[in-house]
Amino acid sequence: MTTPFTYLEPAGLADASRLARQEGAMLKAGGIDLLDEMKEGLVAPEKVVRLSALKGMDRIEVKNGKLRIGALVTLATVAAHKQVREHARILAAAAGQAATPQIRNAATVGGNLCQRPRCWYYRHEDFPCRKKGGDQCFAETGENRYHAIFAADGPCHIVHPSALGTALAALGGQILVFDGQKSRSVAVEQFFALPSVDVTRENVLQPGEIIEAVEIPSAKGKKSAYHKQRERLAADWPLAEVAVVYEVKNGAADGVRLVLGHAAPIPWRCPTAESYLSGKKIDAGAAAEAARLAMAAAAPLAQNEYKVPLFTVLIARALMAAEKGEPA
Amino acid sequence: MSEVKLKLGIPGKYEERVVTLPEGEPKPYDADSKLSVVGSRHPRLDGFAKVTGQAKYAHDIRLPDMLYAALLSCPHPHARVKSLDTSAAENMPGVKAVVAAADQHVRFAGQYVAAVAAETLEQAERACRAIKVDYEPLPFVVDLEEARQPGAPKVFDNRDSNVRAADPTERGNLAEGFAAADAVVEATYKTQVQTHACMETHGLVAHWEAPDKLKVWSSTQGTFAARDNLARRFELGAENVEVITEYMGGGFGSKLGLRDFESAAVELARKAGRPVHLMVDRKFEHLSTGNRPNSVQVMKAGCTKDGKVTAWQVDSYGTSGIGGGAGVANPSVYDFPAVRKTSADVYTNAGPGCPMRAPGHPQGIFAVESMMDELAYKIGMDPVEFRRKNNSHPIRDAEFELGMKAIGWERRNQTPGAGPGPLHRGIGVASGRWSNVGERRNSRIQVRVAIHPDGGVEVENGAQDLGTGTRTIVGLLAAEELGLPVEALTVKIGHTSYPYGPASGGSSTAPGLAPTVRKAALLARRRLFEVVAPALQAQPEQLECRDGKITVVSDPGKTMDWKRACGLLGTTPINELATRSDNFDGWQAEAAGVQFAEVEVDVETGRVRVLKVVVVQDCGTVLDRLTAESQVIGAVIQGISYALLEDRILDRTTGVMVNPNLEQYKIAGSWDMPEIEAIMYDAAIGYNNAGVNGLGEPPVTPTAAAIANAVYNAAGLRMRELPITPWRVLAADAARRGGRS
Repeated sequence: MTTPFTYLEPAGLADASRLARQEGAMLKAGGIDLLDEMKEGLVAPEKVVRLSALKGMDRIEVKNGKLRIGALVTLATVAAHKQVREHARILAAAAGQAATPQIRNAATVGGNLCQRPRCWYYRHEDFPCRKKGGDQCFAETGENRYHAIFAADGPCHIVHPSALGTALAALGGQILVFDGQKSRSVAVEQFFALPSVDVTRENVLQPGEIIEAVEIPSAKGKKSAYHKQRERLAADWPLAEVAVVYEVKNGAADGVRLVLGHAAPIPWRCPTAESYLSGKKIDAGAAAEAARLAMAAAAPLAQNEYKVPLFTVLIARALMAAEKGEPA
Repeated sequence: MSEVKLKLGIPGKYEERVVTLPEGEPKPYDADSKLSVVGSRHPRLDGFAKVTGQAKYAHDIRLPDMLYAALLSCPHPHARVKSLDTSAAENMPGVKAVVAAADQHVRFAGQYVAAVAAETLEQAERACRAIKVDYEPLPFVVDLEEARQPGAPKVFDNRDSNVRAADPTERGNLAEGFAAADAVVEATYKTQVQTHACMETHGLVAHWEAPDKLKVWSSTQGTFAARDNLARRFELGAENVEVITEYMGGGFGSKLGLRDFESAAVELARKAGRPVHLMVDRKFEHLSTGNRPNSVQVMKAGCTKDGKVTAWQVDSYGTSGIGGGAGVANPSVYDFPAVRKTSADVYTNAGPGCPMRAPGHPQGIFAVESMMDELAYKIGMDPVEFRRKNNSHPIRDAEFELGMKAIGWERRNQTPGAGPGPLHRGIGVASGRWSNVGERRNSRIQVRVAIHPDGGVEVENGAQDLGTGTRTIVGLLAAEELGLPVEALTVKIGHTSYPYGPASGGSSTAPGLAPTVRKAALLARRRLFEVVAPALQAQPEQLECRDGKITVVSDPGKTMDWKRACGLLGTTPINELATRSDNFDGWQAEAAGVQFAEVEVDVETGRVRVLKVVVVQDCGTVLDRLTAESQVIGAVIQGISYALLEDRILDRTTGVMVNPNLEQYKIAGSWDMPEIEAIMYDAAIGYNNAGVNGLGEPPVTPTAAAIANAVYNAAGLRMRELPITPWRVLAADAARRGGRS
């Protein structure tokens, strides 16, 4: 069900930020997630601020060894873009495998990072869950096969849905946030926030703040891989998602960033596994041990225990694929 | 009455039959029939209209002054409506009428309680939310096992418990059967609830043309049933209710009756004095319009070491929500000498099940064919050989041969699960069945064929096309009799002002219509020959029509083209109405099919990919090879989806469905599809003059079993519960390795 709203056309980014601060206003880029939420009756904005026409936010450029992708670039463009594939191939892979061709042609980088979780209790208007201001998490004792296996203290057990978030965290990306006057750079890990910080939100954006772009240090020449497992081969959310990036120095892994998607309420880094791998030559044994370490702290719910062996094998496979230089 | 000699059967097994036919009945198709149009590969007559959007479905109907209706559903799985206040809703912008459901006792979350008609759908939806309902929530149960327990909350107060057991059946001597067995397998098989998930959701457009005259565009599987139901419900004469279903977007059994929410839309139209458009949303479609009930089948079966099943025992139960009909087709396909069966429906606070493409069969045959596989492996026999030893159907026996060849049966794993690495490939087999040669509910079916003086031909029957290609086969059959290209005919279907046609249930449409179309076309042709014969200086019975010409058989020089011949009619068209004749005795009334699936299993991730499915399927005469194959392929797609993905998930604590959409209710997509090879097995079966058996249902029955058996052959993992998800495969693998399961 949708309710009537006023469609606002901002003159520029600062104007968009000003409009977004108004009572009852929400931002719209590709509109994929916003429309889903409106149809289910989860949100009923009185004002919708249209970002799509903003100038300059749909560009991709490489400067000083950094790849900069405007927040309004579509996933389809990210997937196909030559420079993205060259400097951040796992980001192109993540974007290209998300959702469906129709959605990838409308969904934007900024929207993908800011989309709300797919938890079926959150998405169903009849469940007044914590994320919607209620006082319980229905997943804790309910149907939780697709929920988180980390951050067991909750108080909400969503998995973050953003494929780009997982890949960007592995790439060590930064998110440029415009606050109405100026932009600041936020590391991807600092951008996403656990439910224990604020259960009603998934990131640190304040009202009126808008993602302007993402910046990624070039991963050209680095080893990387992006693996995911779905029930359906297309148009399905992953059961488990793994992104890994590292450099090889003197034949050994260095600066390993191993990030799991659909494991936790945020893109989930695996510091123990990362430090174990640093300085090691990655082979089957090291990959398996890293996977074991990454899963050591997993605390699955009643129905998602399968994710532990699934992540274990996907992590090992991703590490070996990266090491062998297989296509992302 | 006349006697004709027919050659029925399949190559190598032909039998001569003498059958007595009523006057005017065309000679039935048999093995010697030479057909030119029927059995060809003809694209759907309405395919172009469908893919270009010219075809108008009920969803697409837009009438002047039309209102849109929305439904309010109960969020509680069990509640009493204490009060329902529509006054605020009635005063909302655009709202023209509000009605409340008669039933104030709500038994599942999603049940319809009120409906609103407004100028726009958004206004109607908003007004629904302004209806104030005071519910008294009542104890509920949604879990099948919990509902069976003594003391479980009762779904119906007037029943002793939620369990409604059928009388046990027993034949043969079970104890002796087990005593004679060299191998016995005990296993429990489980299947899930599947929803119909029709592409076009349920609904209709209702238009009162006068206070006692109703016209409805309905997405229905039974135009005449809908008309009669509407006439009863609104106390109208059937002649004053018109139902139109020129095209429809799927029903699978869920659109056979008039639903309470559909009546509500008609009532809204009457109240508002304006046409009303109600097509339900996807959530409502999942919750309230039907489903395939789940099942638990507790089994024990035994066989001799040379492969004969000696005893078969099954205790099954399942829930159809607040409905009935959770029985399963187990045993099925094979004849066993000793069988004992019990079954029970278990009521739960969930949406009612209803017929779904071969009711009881995919779930029953999943268990039957899994058990057959387990027995075969237990005695170390080739699973196909084992089945053939227990099969008495000659067509099925021949189909096994063809199927083995097409899939490359010899490539299967000799040792399931053997081989290094996580990826394992294997091949499985299963058989399906169904039967509908058109005996049961088709006696009143009528078809009209008109031949106009300008050469035009109309073929009319009011039945709808469920999506199986009805329009096309009707056209092909008439074209065959009249010796015309099918494009020269106008086929009119899906309208109750045309002659009576069957509801599309039980795969009955083709076996009901096909013989009647032939008969009507033959009557019309005879009338035309009577008019043309004098002009060709011949007797009517000396004429034939072929390739658009009417010719004297013995003297081909005497010929007249179709249009000129029709011109001899003057101003009076030929108008022949035929009524379907009773069936005569035929050769094989049960349709047989076999399916072979090849899969790849990743035992480390639990992912199952179906690589190929081969189907060998009979349906008697194949009327249009292209639409027949298309039905088979569609059934396999639905079967793969059932085997691997689809699952209606009710939240155990609140009783609310958590996946009432097409995102988390997962239906297999194009990327999940394997190569599907559909081989139509031609058989001359008799029974009706077109020799047609139903095809809509049989090919969906064995697919899940074939896939589960392929998973076993590939990975050595016996999957006894559907859907075969990654977590179930991983659990089975862990259990095999002695780990946690």
